[in-house]
Amino acid sequence: MAALATILEKTDPMLPQPYVVRQVGKETPDTFGLTLEPEDGASGTAFRPGQFSMLWVFGVGELPISISGDPSDSGRLVYTVRSVGKATNALVSREVGDGIGVRGPYGTGWPVEEARGRDVIIVAGGIGLAPLRPVIYEVLNNRKDYGRLVLLYGARSPRDVLYRKELAAWARHRETQVLTTVDYGGLSWKGHVGVVTTLFKYARLQPARSVAMLCGPEIMMRFVTRELEVHGLSRDNIYVSMERNMKCAVGFCGHCQYGPHFICKDGPVFPYERIRPLLEKYEL
Amino acid sequence: METLERFIAEHPFFAGLESYYTGLLVGCASNVRFEKGTSIFKEGGDANEFYLIRAGKVALELIEPHRRPIVISTLSEGEILGWSWLLPPYQWKFNAHALEETRAIALDGKCLRTKCEQNHDLGYELLKRVAQIMERRLEATSLQLLDVYAAR
Repeated sequence: MAALATILEKTDPMLPQPYVVRQVGKETPDTFGLTLEPEDGASGTAFRPGQFSMLWVFGVGELPISISGDPSDSGRLVYTVRSVGKATNALVSREVGDGIGVRGPYGTGWPVEEARGRDVIIVAGGIGLAPLRPVIYEVLNNRKDYGRLVLLYGARSPRDVLYRKELAAWARHRETQVLTTVDYGGLSWKGHVGVVTTLFKYARLQPARSVAMLCGPEIMMRFVTRELEVHGLSRDNIYVSMERNMKCAVGFCGHCQYGPHFICKDGPVFPYERIRPLLEKYEL
Repeated sequence: METLERFIAEHPFFAGLESYYTGLLVGCASNVRFEKGTSIFKEGGDANEFYLIRAGKVALELIEPHRRPIVISTLSEGEILGWSWLLPPYQWKFNAHALEETRAIALDGKCLRTKCEQNHDLGYELLKRVAQIMERRLEATSLQLLDVYAAR
């Protein structure tokens, strides 16, 4: 009976599992990296790049956060959290050893299997790089299975650039092009200044053999999809990650309904062609 | 002269331009080089040049009194720098300085304007090309103004 109760607890999608904070680190002035491990020391949770978890800060609330770690490292879950409100503030204020409840992982992932043998174009804006980082790990861990990796990343200002050391390290990989830009720069910033779409003129793209994965503010993704199409990428090969207010994460509550879709269950990653008609609807 | 004409013809801004026109433009052109950190032009100054960047990187800056300059855009190889030479009052709207050693073809603005007045086909061709870049930069500026990465 006790064994059955344990199984039910483990399989109930609404019941958070106890995890412990193993590491908290500042990425930018308002963004933090958070590493969690299961409290019972058991092996962690496998996830697909693009999936998210529901993280419970007990006594404060629950919130959906994309997994931003390496999918080959299933012993722990890594998140990148931007502190913008009560729950995210509470989350990034946890200390090593503190407990956090984790539900998931949930949602569809990026099409990393379909992308095998092809070039991968990643376009990310702001915190949107976090859900795409597992794709970068996946491609670089299995380098010979993929063609070129092109990462175009836009941040608000130099101090908002995420994963600075990793960006530099990724750029050193063969067949990998990493271009970073900021919307506004100071005199000490020697990199590119301009919105993320201005990077396309420097990108070495082979549209006919590429899959593009986009994550960032919706308006940015609209501009980027236009740019990708101008460069000859077909809509069928473009994938976007959407964001809406998620509560149950399993398609019960309807909080994240987006037209006929539930972002939590049918997304957050969608083929662009499937949601294109909805992207320009103000009401949604 | 032959090399300058080739540089102009090979620059993406003039891609596909008939050789007759590049022949007209070369009379206004000269090779220039800016050391890293050099000021190329300053806001309010006479806009007498139009640059075709061949190599290097240039920052466009806005100055606000008592604050550090804000870099609003960077321009590199294959791009153009400055269109204020085309429209009155022919004054620069920003500061520009070389972030790296930068090589460019400088086209004399007055000379270009005269040639465009004398040959409206050339003027229309130039205007179309500049307008296309203005349109793209306007779109980029709209996105920049939306400040899409700010916390909401």
